Amino acid sequence: MTQAGKAWVFGSNIGTDQLAPGLYMKRPIDEMARHCLEDVDPRFAAEVERGDVVVAGRNFGMGSSREQAAQALIHLGISAVLANSYGGIFYRNALNLGLMVLISPDTDKLHAGDRIAVDPERGIVRNLTRDETWACEPLPAHLTDMVRAGGLVPYLERKLAHNKDQSS
Amino acid sequence: MGATLAEKIIARATGRSVRPGEIVTCKVDLAMMHDSGGPRRVKPILERLGAKVWDTDKIVVISDHYVPATDADSAAILELTRKWVSDNAVARFYDMQGICHVVLPERGHLRPGLFVVGGDSHSPTGGAFGCFMFGIGATEMAGVLVTGETWLRVPETIRIDWSGQLGPGVCAKDVMLALCARLGMDGGDYQVIQYTGSLIARLPMQERMTLCNMATELGAQTGLIAPDPITASAVAAAGGGTIDPAEWQGDDDAHYRETLAFAAAELAPQVALPHSPANAGPVDAVSGERIDLAYIGSCTGAKLADLRMAAEVLKGREVAKGVRLLVAPASRRETATAASEGTLATLIDAGAVMMPSGCGACAGYGFGVLAENEICISSTARNSRGRMGARTAQVYLASPYTVAASAVAGRISDPRELMGESA
Repeated sequence: MTQAGKAWVFGSNIGTDQLAPGLYMKRPIDEMARHCLEDVDPRFAAEVERGDVVVAGRNFGMGSSREQAAQALIHLGISAVLANSYGGIFYRNALNLGLMVLISPDTDKLHAGDRIAVDPERGIVRNLTRDETWACEPLPAHLTDMVRAGGLVPYLERKLAHNKDQSS
Repeated sequence: MGATLAEKIIARATGRSVRPGEIVTCKVDLAMMHDSGGPRRVKPILERLGAKVWDTDKIVVISDHYVPATDADSAAILELTRKWVSDNAVARFYDMQGICHVVLPERGHLRPGLFVVGGDSHSPTGGAFGCFMFGIGATEMAGVLVTGETWLRVPETIRIDWSGQLGPGVCAKDVMLALCARLGMDGGDYQVIQYTGSLIARLPMQERMTLCNMATELGAQTGLIAPDPITASAVAAAGGGTIDPAEWQGDDDAHYRETLAFAAAELAPQVALPHSPANAGPVDAVSGERIDLAYIGSCTGAKLADLRMAAEVLKGREVAKGVRLLVAPASRRETATAASEGTLATLIDAGAVMMPSGCGACAGYGFGVLAENEICISSTARNSRGRMGARTAQVYLASPYTVAASAVAGRISDPRELMGESA
């Protein structure tokens, strides 16, 4: 189970242009992250706290292949995203960068500010504010491991180091 | 049961037959990157892993997002791109030659049956050439560069069939806007959309590219059109050699998730209202809306065929007072052709301001972006809030015909009204 975080609730079709606005694509990620979702909720980047959870409807992360969309959420300390569905490229990018993205049909049961914890392996979402529990699609163990390692690159680094240890 | 074209290409790339839903690892025939998501982002990952590129002959790098540099940040990104290409001896580097999705086939790199990844979401454009080509992010691209492979869940194919002929002033862009309205931005469900039917059979290659390009806006993993003699001519003309279209066709008994059928003759010019391509409908609903900027640009809407559509409307006419018409042709080579055949002169005589070939204002990276509350009609693919500049700017999406007609009127206009009368 992840540590509980506060829910930020968004609608459907939140795109990469909102998550990582083109205007800041040339700039470092800390600057980009300050503008993450500002078109949808100007308070988000300023008030989000480490461990908070992003909750959305259908097709979260639709649009561009830019990884900064997932990277900005990671930079802001988002512990998990819960959505009905994802843009295909964003979904792969998020896992590759170490952002926990989970699929749940029940995101409309969550309210902004609810305290949420998730168990990705068992596919459980717990709403501590309302004392409710429901299911999300579990993430396969190897992907959970990759996300916990911080994404594909640190995961591969660790595996390569492990292989080297075993062969020496 | 037989296989769809997509399943056949994936089967060839993974080395055995496949079924939808399976997760398979495929050998990549070609990997295309641009200056924004390419060297700038993969270089640190390759260095961290101490890894080298698997096969530099299978890589194409194209600078298009930050060209020409507008400030020190974009200049630094371009310098890094050029240096990485040189350090890694990548021979296929197209610097400031145009937008990657147009340059790649223009230089003969796409042929039916190839399994191709691109570091950009509009990579499905390659599906017009019978390739399975899809967009990936930079970390996945780094993985491809190291291993020459990537994984995917074998998608199902959704068949979208268009029969008949489009009326005058109606084109592939209108088809796609209508589909966005009908299916929504996730109607493609990260599956393959294959376009079929008598309309598609007659469509020239660049119009087919527009259909596959905007499969992205339908949320598909890719778009695809089975090769035919039109594909073969286009591949040969680009120096891609001789191809046999019969080699890459789906089987008659292949399984499709669904088949949606549409009649081309009924389609009116479409306009998508701010701030989503799915807000599309017939132009009548919004004709008369005042505009500040008419923009013809991007991989979606500034190929030679698109420039010709705009010229057809603009010939002998002038852009309305107080309206700016910006044209950023999709490639340098297409600019040259448009110049020699007179298309460019028609645009310039009408009052168009020509811009460099590149992604330009489409994603808000280049020249020509919008101020607060300005209103634009654009031949590009996306109009999310703030994408082309200020957050309060309003962007309408339409075909090059409709953008050109609106530039002349100073208001959103049905191009058929102008095209029906002589200038």
